[in-house]
Amino acid sequence: MAAGLTRAGRYSAWALARHAFTGSAWPRAWRSPEPKAAYDVVIIGGGGHGLATAYYLAARHGISRVAVLERSYIGSGNVGRNTTLVRSNYLIDGNTQFFEHSLKLWEGLSHELNFNVMLSQRGQVVLGHSPVQMDVLARKGNIMRLNGIDAEMLDRGAVKRLLPYLDYSERARFPIYGGLLQARAGTVRHDAVAWGYARAASALGVDIIENCEVTGFQRDGERITGVHTSRGAIAAGRTAISVAGHSSHLARMAGLRLPVESHILQAFVTEPIKPFVDHVISFGAELFYISQSDKGGLVFGAHIDGFNTYTQRGQFAQVQTAAECAVALIPAMSRLRLLRHWGGIQDMTPDGSPFICRTPLPNLYFNGGWCYQGFKATPAAGWCFAHTIANDEEHPLVRHLGLDRFERGNGHDEYGLGLWTFRQ
Amino acid sequence: MLIPCPHCGERDYREFRYAGDASKARPPLGSTDIAAWHDYVFLFDNPKGGHREYWQHVLGCRRWLVLERDTATNVVGRSWWPSEGSPG
Amino acid sequence: MSRARRLGQGGYVDRSRPIRFTLDGRSYAGFAGDTLASALLACGVRIIGRSFKYHRPRGFLCAGAEEPNGLFTLGSGARTTPNTPGTMTELTEGLIAACQNGWPSVRFDLMSVLSLAAPIIGAGFYYKTFMGPRRRSWMFYEPFIRRAAGLGRAVHQRDPDRYETRHHHADVLVIGAGPAGISAARAAARTGARVLLCEQDFLVGGSLLGEGAGALEALRTEELAGLATLEVMTRTTAAGLYDSNTVVLVERRDHARPDPARGDAREILKIVQARAIVFATGAIERPLVFAGNDLPGVMLAGAVRCYLHRYAVLLGERIVVATTDDAAWQAATELAAAGAHVTLLDERAEVGGELLRRAAASAATVVLGAQVRAARGRRGVRGVRFVSPQYPSGHELPCDLLCMSGGWSPVLHLTSHTGIKPAYRADLDAFVPGGYAAGHFGAGALTGAASAAAALETGSAAGLRAAQHAGYGREASVPAAAPGVAVAPAAPARPRDAHWGKAFVDFQNDVTTRDVATAYTEGYESVEHLKRYTTLGMGTEQGKTSNVNALRQMAQLRGIDVPAAGTTTFRPPYTPVSIGALAGRNLGQHFRPVRRSPLHDWHLANGATMIEAGPWLRAWYYAWAGADAETAYVEEMRLVRSGVGLSDVSSLGKIDVQGPDAGEFLNRLYVNEFARLPVGKARYGVMLNDDATVLDDGTTARFGETRYFMTTTTAQAAEVMSRLEFLLQTAWTDLRVQVASVTDQWAGMAIAGPRARAALALALPGIDVSDAALPFMGCQEVDFAGVPLRILRLSFSGELAFELYVPSDCGTALWQHLLASAQGLGIRPYGLEALASLRIEKGHVAGLELDHRNTLDDLGLGKMARTSKPFVGRELRGRPELQAPERWSLVGLECQEPAARLRGGAILFAPADPIQGHGRGYITSVTWSTQLNRFIALGLYQGGLAHAGEEVLCAYPLRGELVRAKIVSPVFIDPAGERLRA
Repeated sequence: MAAGLTRAGRYSAWALARHAFTGSAWPRAWRSPEPKAAYDVVIIGGGGHGLATAYYLAARHGISRVAVLERSYIGSGNVGRNTTLVRSNYLIDGNTQFFEHSLKLWEGLSHELNFNVMLSQRGQVVLGHSPVQMDVLARKGNIMRLNGIDAEMLDRGAVKRLLPYLDYSERARFPIYGGLLQARAGTVRHDAVAWGYARAASALGVDIIENCEVTGFQRDGERITGVHTSRGAIAAGRTAISVAGHSSHLARMAGLRLPVESHILQAFVTEPIKPFVDHVISFGAELFYISQSDKGGLVFGAHIDGFNTYTQRGQFAQVQTAAECAVALIPAMSRLRLLRHWGGIQDMTPDGSPFICRTPLPNLYFNGGWCYQGFKATPAAGWCFAHTIANDEEHPLVRHLGLDRFERGNGHDEYGLGLWTFRQ
Repeated sequence: MLIPCPHCGERDYREFRYAGDASKARPPLGSTDIAAWHDYVFLFDNPKGGHREYWQHVLGCRRWLVLERDTATNVVGRSWWPSEGSPG
Repeated sequence: MSRARRLGQGGYVDRSRPIRFTLDGRSYAGFAGDTLASALLACGVRIIGRSFKYHRPRGFLCAGAEEPNGLFTLGSGARTTPNTPGTMTELTEGLIAACQNGWPSVRFDLMSVLSLAAPIIGAGFYYKTFMGPRRRSWMFYEPFIRRAAGLGRAVHQRDPDRYETRHHHADVLVIGAGPAGISAARAAARTGARVLLCEQDFLVGGSLLGEGAGALEALRTEELAGLATLEVMTRTTAAGLYDSNTVVLVERRDHARPDPARGDAREILKIVQARAIVFATGAIERPLVFAGNDLPGVMLAGAVRCYLHRYAVLLGERIVVATTDDAAWQAATELAAAGAHVTLLDERAEVGGELLRRAAASAATVVLGAQVRAARGRRGVRGVRFVSPQYPSGHELPCDLLCMSGGWSPVLHLTSHTGIKPAYRADLDAFVPGGYAAGHFGAGALTGAASAAAALETGSAAGLRAAQHAGYGREASVPAAAPGVAVAPAAPARPRDAHWGKAFVDFQNDVTTRDVATAYTEGYESVEHLKRYTTLGMGTEQGKTSNVNALRQMAQLRGIDVPAAGTTTFRPPYTPVSIGALAGRNLGQHFRPVRRSPLHDWHLANGATMIEAGPWLRAWYYAWAGADAETAYVEEMRLVRSGVGLSDVSSLGKIDVQGPDAGEFLNRLYVNEFARLPVGKARYGVMLNDDATVLDDGTTARFGETRYFMTTTTAQAAEVMSRLEFLLQTAWTDLRVQVASVTDQWAGMAIAGPRARAALALALPGIDVSDAALPFMGCQEVDFAGVPLRILRLSFSGELAFELYVPSDCGTALWQHLLASAQGLGIRPYGLEALASLRIEKGHVAGLELDHRNTLDDLGLGKMARTSKPFVGRELRGRPELQAPERWSLVGLECQEPAARLRGGAILFAPADPIQGHGRGYITSVTWSTQLNRFIALGLYQGGLAHAGEEVLCAYPLRGELVRAKIVSPVFIDPAGERLRA
């Protein structure tokens, strides 16, 4: 349970009713303090990961002299731009455990933060469209079971019973052979994650400082001792970068070059309609995933646009690709209307896996390179990054996610796609 | 986005395939400098601003070209053949 | 029912063409030229929906695309289309419409009890509750929330309609055919520039359609048809602006009752590439914010005018017009002229004398300094309460229609799609585009032009400048941009703090002033937080009527200026676009291109079952061998192992490599040696990625001193081709080599089995296919019946085998000839499943073994590498973890349990291991071995063949299976290679 919240600030049905009848105002969800001169830990980036890291530093490691510096408003980056999926159906050693830890944290998060993040464990079905693809799904499902994670193989008939509105006709270009179901996978209300962590961290004494852009690092030789910001210099015992999408930009200020390129991933939402799709569905023929938000919009996403950019707006060709996938998967979607599409800038890495680690510079820590999977990783990334910062040593769940792994030949390629730059 | 192919003229980007930073120097053939290969293959400047990058006109003349583009705005500049080294 | 009535004359409706339609099963009639909204209003229908959250009765607020309330579900059956604004629905005969969000009906809605819970269910309430009592409690509450949310109901049937995609090129694209747009298009087209003028409405004229008689006629739109280079597209919305002047338009054709059987499109997506763009998108009127401002009968003043003039519908008898600016005075005088009893309430204490003179000439009563406090009524407005100097404690006027005007918001969505931030103009109390990219020009109300005259002037200037930018009309003198016509400054329409009742900011999402205040108090004060916390502007109209009002209230609460409070980012599309229109014709079998072998038709005619292999369709198995893949492939394997079979391998990538340095080039690509490959020989090669994972394998034959014929796997053909070109054009530009993809030029077939040579000899008389003439890995180019034929003696199956390549158009002839000639030997075709299974017995890697995670050494091919020469991937191959002895590498597996089977995707464990975690490896490919009479497999195992002879457990917990297998060499048959050398 989130410590530090005053009785007046605690959320509950009872408190809602009390506020409604007394007309009293709720307190601010998180404080808006002026930056102090020094902190034990300064976290650059007020996204989901940065805020989660701050929360776990305060809640689990007793470090509350922490500041989260956000260039804009908190949650302005990818935590508020993704397609809200959470799941732990991961194949390779390290990923499976990390994402399952994350899902377990998701399962307790609303209670932990006293903020309803609306974890909806509606189940995800990943479809297979060939016998070989079914073998690949089987391998993943077997690994999940062997790691204590729920997984169920569905044949074509079972998929049809569960998702009768998919295209099972002769017209389907890529027939459905079956699918892999993870019942515990689902969706989370994405903005609530940033707000919930911010509120809980703030209650524990973490300073969340919005509209504060980091412009450089203070250093003592190799050691990083703080940051320069648009709101003045701030000294820091330890400094952590958590700015997915702009990792290279911050790293360059510290003189580091990263195995990261910034790419845009678009997301799409239809007009709100009554319940239409009750699960998370992933197409197997191309990268495409869809679910319906509680508000009624069908939220979907596809591949990155395919070249590096910081523009946060996508190319139209990718809109068409996503729409084509939507209709290929669910022919009735043709009649629905696209309400809005937007883009997020994400770090892409050579092996598709992220980094949570120390850096070559003492007292500087790095979390980034999340590719497609930053949102679902949020709690575990915060958890492990906080541990890494607090102990100056990588958390066991992320030991394989160091910056030096390519030098050692220890790439961590979940999908076996190889160097992604050549695979677009 | 339109990309000027030196051979075919301005074409929609979907006719092309992207292959990353063209300012990175591939280590010379036979180089045994593993660190140089590591940097070439795995590290990126990833600038927000001017970027020189490789594209191949796969659905056109199939030639590889170097394009100048601003990654902050997607405003496209000049393009030239890799063998020309620079736009001159 | 309201007192609205259709006037006997005027408007752009055709009274000689009545049109019948139904709403919720009840019949109504309107006229040609009506929208669903105007027809319903003319019929006196006032309540047309219930609000999203509180289920309050709602009527139309607007007359255009910004309508937040009047959404309908149109059509029936598979054509059911929810959430369609009635204001944009052209009335067509037999139209079926249904109201949304009311139960049992919108006129009597039981869910309206939710209004009572309003104090509890304000902004963000769901973040504060529904958490208990248990951890998964949200799963209990969520279905109720989901059912309550959402607007219309969609159907799950396949959309029967057809959509198209077209590409257009224009010198000048003009968006919006109001006075500014028409004037711009006319000016640009007169220079000879090719001009496209698009208009979302079914009539051109824009705001002039809602002016009095003669306004539109003055524009002389009939002249547009005479301009040869101008194309006008009505019913066509500019949905989005993308990089490099790409504009996406969507044309709706529902009015024409498109028949998909005749190839008619319901909607047409038009992707326009324009040299210059004129934005003449107009402006949208803002509501005033006061308690009860959502009651049916409270409408925007401009909309009421539009219904009056365009549709000839007078919407009330006792009308109050409440305004903060000049524009609504026109509405008041015109409504009075049409016979209504009109009172005008202006918040400003002083206004221009001309306004007063004109009002005095009409029958309208004017009250200055009057602020509306509340609209009264339950199912429709019945009165309005206001304060004024004369009535400081308030006064109430009865009315049946309340028109409001809180200023105008320019439609700047498109320019902001490409990242241009809106800029606030205090004189307009509105945001305008913060700038224009090169080649972009604004005109009309978008730029703050307040009158039709100013719109015309800014329009023609923008049109000319746009034409000039596109290279036309240089000689014409361009008038300077018209100065904004002076208008009396509008009084900022400050939201009133409503102490009773609800004052709505966002009508569609039921966001009230109280919700904005809640967001502020709780710290959600950034405009994006406000939006996301309260859901403001997240509905189908994306904040078109609500954004500025909410911003202004937040700025007021924070004690800062409106511009300092920021604006939200507008995202495409401008109005919602059918997914079908975006997908176009790329659906069903046309979702992605299908690649077919030259032998495709033969396969279909001869009992093949086809299967997708990436983009290819390949013959999976043949009916002669069995009724399903499981039985057929085994029969086909037996045929190849004991007799002779023929298989289609046309999908393999084929690359022609030529030039004096071709050998050197291949040497650099492949890990093994190719430069010294003799002419007339072929060799198996592996190429790596720069990071030393395996990219591809295949056989390359040398047909001449400078001529090689490379084959690649089906999956990697395009990738390899591109890589070859990349290296030649960027890195090794000194090499004199040309490469060309010839995949589609050659049909390929493999003839395999102990009788393959005999079969070939029968089929190719006169060609020496003896072991001496064509030894293992030998190749020949011959002429057969006037056709070039390439014969490569190589084997994927492990049997004596040949691959034959002929020009694609001769493929079927050769295939049939081979089958006919060798009929006596029992030759039959075999499919992909058998092909992929035979190679497992022989230990050839393919498919899942080549997945970009594996290195040469992982696949047991490390000895192939000639490290004395440079090749792609050589250096990074030496990285320590890639050389670790405990890496997972290729092994063969033999099933040890006669009653059990091996399965792809099973996880491997040593017998003493606990069966958990990630194991020591996994199975990639499985087949029944006709040679060993058991299931065999290939897989990757920790330490690889160092464990040969050991037993492992193959875990498949998805089926609860645990099967014993033995690690063996991946070459299950003929390890010495005697068969393929026979």
